Amino acid sequence: MWAFFHKLGSPRWFYGIAARLSPWCWALALALILIGSVWGLAFAPADYQQGNSFRIIYVHVPAAFLAQSIFMALAASGFVFMVWKIKIADMAAAMMAPLGAAMTAIALLSGSVWGKPTWGTWWQWDARLTSMLILLFLYLGVMLIRRAFARPQSGAKAASVLAMVGVINIPIIKYSVEWWNTLHQPASFTITERPAMPLEMWMPLLIMVLGFYAFFAAFTLTRTRTEILRREGHKRWVKELFEERP
Amino acid sequence: MMAFESLAELVSMGSHGPYVWTAWGATLGFLLLSVILVRGESRGVRRTLRRRLRRDAAVASSPSEDQDEG
Repeated sequence: MWAFFHKLGSPRWFYGIAARLSPWCWALALALILIGSVWGLAFAPADYQQGNSFRIIYVHVPAAFLAQSIFMALAASGFVFMVWKIKIADMAAAMMAPLGAAMTAIALLSGSVWGKPTWGTWWQWDARLTSMLILLFLYLGVMLIRRAFARPQSGAKAASVLAMVGVINIPIIKYSVEWWNTLHQPASFTITERPAMPLEMWMPLLIMVLGFYAFFAAFTLTRTRTEILRREGHKRWVKELFEERP
Repeated sequence: MMAFESLAELVSMGSHGPYVWTAWGATLGFLLLSVILVRGESRGVRRTLRRRLRRDAAVASSPSEDQDEG
C-alpha cells in the first residue's frame, strides 16, 4: 500500500501512467458530452413548468458539481502535499485549479441566464448564489497566492493551506438550500422533487455529469504531464525519454 | 423522439432560445477552448525542452567547450 502510494507520487511513474490513461479519458469525455448534449438539447422532453429553459440544467449542474469536487480535490492534494511532501499532488493541484475556477464561473453564468426566465432576475444575494460566488473568490485566491512568493515552494504551501481552510465553504454551499430560505431551492429543484422525473430527463443529465468528470480527469492528467516536464526537465529520465523519442 | 417539430423550433426553444443557447454556448465554448489551450501548452513546453536538450548536447560535443572545461 505504502509502496504503491510512493510509486504514484513519483513523477516518472505518473508521467507514464498518465500517458496511457489520458487518451481514454479524452475519448470518454468527448463521447459522453456529445451524446448528453444532443439528448439534452433536442430529445429530452420540455419541463411541464419551465418549458425549454430547464435544458440549462444539463450544463449548469455538471459545472456546479465539478466546481465543488475540484475544490475538494485541491484541499485533498494540499493535505497530501503538506503531510507527505508528495510533489505530484501539488503539481496536479496547480494544474486543476483554473478548471475549477472556470467551472464555478460557468455555474454562476448558466444559473444567471436560467434565473432570468425562471425567477425573473439575473441575480439574487441569496445563500446558494452568494456561497458559490465566494467559491469563485477562493479559487482566485488559491491561484494567485501560489504566485505571490519568490520561492515556488512557499507559494505551493500557501495554496495548500488556503485550499484546506477554504474547503469549509463546500458544506456551506451544499446545505445552503436547507439552512436558509433561498430562491434556489424551490424554483430550480422542483424538477428533482417530482416523484418520478422521467428517464429521458435524468439520463442525459447523468451522462453530462459523467462526461464532465471524464473531462476533468483528462484535463488534469494531460496538464500534470506538461507540468512534470516543466519542473523536472533537467532530470536524467526526461533527457533519456526525449533522446529515445525526439 | 425529438422534442421539437422543426429546426427553427429547436433554435427558438419556445422563446427560451437566447437563455439556453447562451448557457450552452459559453459552456461548450469554454470546453473547446480549454482543449486547444491544453494542447498548445503541452506543445510549447515540449518544444522548449527539446531545444534546450539539443543545445546542451551541442555544447557537450563541441571540442572547444571541452578544452575550456579542461
